[in-house]
This record gives sequence, structure tokens and C-alpha cells, in this order.
Amino acid sequence: MLEVRNLRKTFGDFVAVDDVAFRLEVGGSLAVVGESGSGKTTTARMIAGLEQPTAGSIAVAGKERGPGRPRGAGRRARAREIQMVFQDPYSSLDRRQRVRDAVAEAVRLHRPLRGPALAARVDELLDLVGVDERQAGSLPRALSGGQRQRVAIARALAAEPQVLILDEAVAALDVSIQAQILNLLAHIRTTTGTTLLFITHDLGVVPHICDEVLVMRSGQVVESGPVPSVLREPQHDYTRRLVASVPKPGWKPRRRAQPPAA
Amino acid sequence: MSAAAPLLDIRGLRIDLPTGAGSATAVHRVDLALAAGEAAALVGESGSGKSLTARSVLRLLPPGAEVHGELRFAGESVPGMSRTRLREFRAGEVAMVFQDPRAHINPARSVGDFLVEGLTAARGVPVREARRRVEAVLQEVGIPDAERRMRQRPGELSGGLLQRVMIAAALAAEPKLLLADEPTTALDVTTQEEVMAIVTEAREARGLAMLFITHDLELAAAVCDRVVVMYAGSTVEELPSGALHHGAAHPYTRALLASRPSVGDTASGLRAIAGRPLSGFEVPAGCSFAPRCPRARDACRTDTPLLRAAGTGTSACHYPHITEEAEQRA
Ligand SMILES: Nc1ncnc2c1ncn2[C@@H]1O[C@H](COP(=O)(O)OP(=O)(O)OP(=O)(O)O)[C@@H](O)[C@H]1O
Ligand SMILES: Nc1ncnc2c1ncn2[C@@H]1O[C@H](COP(=O)(O)OP(=O)(O)OP(=O)(O)O)[C@@H](O)[C@H]1O
Ligand SMILES: [Mg+2]
Ligand SMILES: [Mg+2]
Repeated sequence: MLEVRNLRKTFGDFVAVDDVAFRLEVGGSLAVVGESGSGKTTTARMIAGLEQPTAGSIAVAGKERGPGRPRGAGRRARAREIQMVFQDPYSSLDRRQRVRDAVAEAVRLHRPLRGPALAARVDELLDLVGVDERQAGSLPRALSGGQRQRVAIARALAAEPQVLILDEAVAALDVSIQAQILNLLAHIRTTTGTTLLFITHDLGVVPHICDEVLVMRSGQVVESGPVPSVLREPQHDYTRRLVASVPKPGWKPRRRAQPPAA
Repeated sequence: MSAAAPLLDIRGLRIDLPTGAGSATAVHRVDLALAAGEAAALVGESGSGKSLTARSVLRLLPPGAEVHGELRFAGESVPGMSRTRLREFRAGEVAMVFQDPRAHINPARSVGDFLVEGLTAARGVPVREARRRVEAVLQEVGIPDAERRMRQRPGELSGGLLQRVMIAAALAAEPKLLLADEPTTALDVTTQEEVMAIVTEAREARGLAMLFITHDLELAAAVCDRVVVMYAGSTVEELPSGALHHGAAHPYTRALLASRPSVGDTASGLRAIAGRPLSGFEVPAGCSFAPRCPRARDACRTDTPLLRAAGTGTSACHYPHITEEAEQRA
């Protein structure tokens, strides 16, 4: 479904993404974890077509991604192929658009619905992510952080994409609502074969939503493989440190001897 | 905590917000006190009023918001502060790390200007001294190439780098109280550990107090003295961090703990709390958690429970869980 080869991105002489490669089958689910600033969001933005790779190739559903941003029908086709939920939902939602209208707009991208049929589909999506009637009539600024994240997820689901990229998309949710959203995503994945790319710092949610995991550091992939083996028997030093830093009962934050790498 | 006034004292806080049709109550009742040097975690449901509570301490609420109840800082009423006093208060005594950092930084200006100005304009620190301090704090929060980062604009920083810039800005101001609203959600756990260790050091060295909003219950218990739980606009339980795992008395807190995912989990489904979450705007008569509570009885649907002693802390529940720990103490 998704194949990425030798992907590279530089900003000036700074290398943000360095030779990243992976393959994801239809209906597959890959977690991308790793250091803050290691190039996870940049990689996702290149796959979503929002950023031009410096080198390397991206193929979606067997089609090689050409350069440049598509327009018109090409843009709509791409929206149905790939949807991305951004790390900071506030900047990605239109400040002047009410939640209900934002979701309706995304639905129309995919289905030619109008009137009551459109309203019903919008209600269904908002209900799935737990956004109520009052919130649906609000502007993004009148919502809490987690409510905005759920609106962004509803919008992405509205397009019924083949590939769904979630960038820290459940980070602002309490564990109960998070569980509800993760179960929803797992359900969508099994019923529609949607392929998931799930960027997260929360290693605890990874086993619940992904089969494979890729660990990034300083623009590079340092380790990858099936979730149970990577998280339970990490091979790379960095992955080991990462797993050891997860808060658990009795854990106290300590400073490391060596400063973290750039 | 004895005769001395707590550093932060919030009593019966209620926040009404303007809505399409008149105003509605978003926060019903928050009770919370924090001594100098103490840290409390504020956890709970998404939309339960955690951010509004923290923002009310800085008087940074949406236009038209009405605040009722008491809100005191070192004995002084925050709603009663004059404009000049409020400016001084925000510049030197309380610092906040906001949940959405990108909405709180000018995208057109460099990160360095933002950080340095925070010290020069608001606190009168000389420019060179301010630069030195800012660079040092950036290094501390795990940003080694501080000089290059200071020349960049916010849009050129990853989510976690920007979050660390905001933490650096807050710490550089050397406040007495830090309001940290999910300050580490964009950080990998290794960097998070580093940053939390630095905050803990500042607490020990300077007596910094902290109100720490998070969804990570393990993190909350590890870095705070106490945990305060919110549901639908009210504080429903408060307990010492050490008692969180085995001493929670409120059914909501216990349900929340049961929903936690963990690294060692297998791919089974996660347990969400049954029923629909409720926003503060639509709380029914009685206990707001009653519609979803397995222990609810008639009284729960008619009488609103208030915080009272339960187990090792306080709980707003008519029928709290009696835990082993509490039994042993009795
Ligand atoms: N437009 C840009 N100009 C310059 N540098 C950039 C730009 N966008 C990203 N970078 C840099 O590229 C690196 C990777 O950023 P990216 O946002 O991909 O990291 P990330 O892995 O998503 O981190 P986080 O977990 O903190 O969100 C960072 O050092 C960042 O500062
Ligand atoms: N400007 C506003 N106008 C109207 N309602 C608002 C406004 N800001 C927040 N609210 C509402 O007040 C309630 C509490 O919001 P708050 O941001 O405090 O929640 P929170 O506990 O921080 O949630 P999260 O964990 O999702 O960030 C929510 O239901 C939200 O929709
Ligand atoms: Mg990112
Ligand atoms: Mg919030």
C-alpha cells in the first residue's frame, strides 16, 4: 500500500530525514516512535504530499508519487488516498469554521451527499469520536485540546482514506477517551482495510493499534520490526533507553549522564 | 501545611462562559490548594475544565468569562489584582506552559527574540545576561544547538522542540509557581524524563510549586506530591500520589486507572469507561458521574456529593471504595 525508499529531507545543510525506508501492506499498521526532532513529522508530511523530498521515492497503492502538489481532481483523489491528522490540531483547523461545517466539508470530498443525508453522516462521525451537539456548533477556539484532536480525527475519517496518518493524534486525550478512539481505529482498520501510520511518543498505546514499529533517532531508523519483539526485547541501545524511560510505579525521573543527541 | 497561607488557594471556583444563548457553567466547583514547593497533578477527562482552571490563575480566560469563588496567591486575591499588579504577577511570580504552544508564540519572530524578550522586557534583565540564561536553560532541556535554534522561527521547530522552548521560557523566569498544561506530550519519554528531572531540581532548589496537567497517570504520580482528579467541571478526588494505584476511592478515578495502556500489553482491546462523557455544561442533578457509574444508587441521582475525607485523601462520592490501605489506617 505504501512504500518509501531512501527518503531524505534537508533544510539548508541540516539533514532532518536521512535514508528512511519501509513498506506497509494494505491494512497494515505501523508505529513510528523515537526522539523528539528525529524527523517523524517531516517523514509523514512528505508521504502526505505536503513537503517535497530532497531525495528518495514514495509509492502509494503501487503508484509512484510525482513531484509538486496536485490540484483539482488530482487533489481530491489524493485526499481519498491519504489523510493526515496533525500534531497540533489548532493550527490545522480553520479558526472561522464551525466544527460541524468542517466535518461536512470533509465528507463532501468523498461522497456526493446533501441535506439530511449529509447531516446524518456528519452526526455519525462526530458521535464516533465523542463530540457532542454543543461542541459541534462551536468554533475550534471554544474547544478543549482533546476535543479539537477528536474533531481533527473525525475530519480525517470523513474522507474514508486508504492510508491514515496520525501524528500524536491521541496525545491530548484522557486514557478512557483514548481507549475509545483506539478501539474505533482498530475497528475501522479491520472492517475497511485502512492502512495506518501512527506517530506517537506513548509506547503503551503501540501494542493496541500497531503490528510493526519503527524507531527513529536523528533522522534515521535505528530499529524496526514486529511490536512485541521490539518493545519487549529491544536490540538497539537507543530503543532500550526509550523503553526504560517510560514512567511506571516506583519510577522517578533522573538526569542521564550523557546529554541527549541533537 | 499549617497556619501559613498556601501559595495557591482555589476554593469553590466556578467559571461561566458566554455561549450562543446567554452564559453557561463550564467549571462547577474546583477546590485545590498548593503550598510553596509543592506539586499537584491535575488529571481527568478531556474537556473537564483542567486548562480553564489553570488559565484562571493567570486571569487568561476567554472574553466574557465570569469567575466565582476564591482564587488567592500567597494570600492575595487574584481577581482583585490591579492591571499593574497583574502584569508584575504574570512576569515574575507565575509562569505557564500552554497546551498548544504554537498558539502562544509569534510565528514571525525568532525563538531567541521570544525568549530573550521574556526576560528583558518583563523582568528588566540586561540583554547579555538574558541571552546567557536562555542558552543555558535551552541546553538543560535537551536542545544542544541552542544558538542555531534561537535564530529559527517557531515553524522550523518540531512539536517537541517548541514545547521545550516554552518550558525553557517558563523556567528562565524563575517563578514561584509553574502552571504546566500537558508540557511533555510532544516529547519522547527519554527527553521527558530529562525535562521532568530539571523541573524537580528547580522545585527542590528554589521551592518552585507546580500545577501539572497530564493524562499520564504514572507520570503524574511520579513527579507530583498529590493527584487531583477532575470530572465534568469539578474536582472529584484528591489523594497522595503514593495512594493513586491502590487507594483511589472515587469510581471515576478507578475506572480511569483501569483504562491505562502499558508497554507490555498484548493487542487486546482497551477498556474505555462505558457511557458517554459529559461536559461541565450539561451536568445533571446529583453526581455527574452517576450515569456511567456501576455503583450508583438513588441518592447519587439527586444529591450532589461534595469533597470529603475518604481513604487517604478526599473524594466527592456518596459511596466511595473503601480500600485496604484506608482500612488498615482506621
Ligand atoms: N521548515 C523547517 N525548516 C527548518 N528546519 C525544520 C523545518 N521543519 C522541520 N525542521 C527540523 O527538522 C527536524 C525534524 O523535525 P520533525 O518535525 O520531523 O521532528 P519530529 O520527529 O516530528 O519531532 P517531535 O517528536 O518533536 O514532533 C527538527 O530538527 C526540526 O527543527
Ligand atoms: N472559549 C470557550 N468558549 C466556550 N467553551 C469553552 C471555551 N474554552 C473551553 N470551553 C469548554 O469548557 C470545557 C473545559 O475546557 P478545558 O479546555 O478546560 O478542558 P480540559 O480539561 O483542559 O480538556 P483537555 O484535556 O481536552 O485539554 C470544555 O467542554 C470546552 O469545550
Ligand atoms: Mg513531530
Ligand atoms: Mg486542556
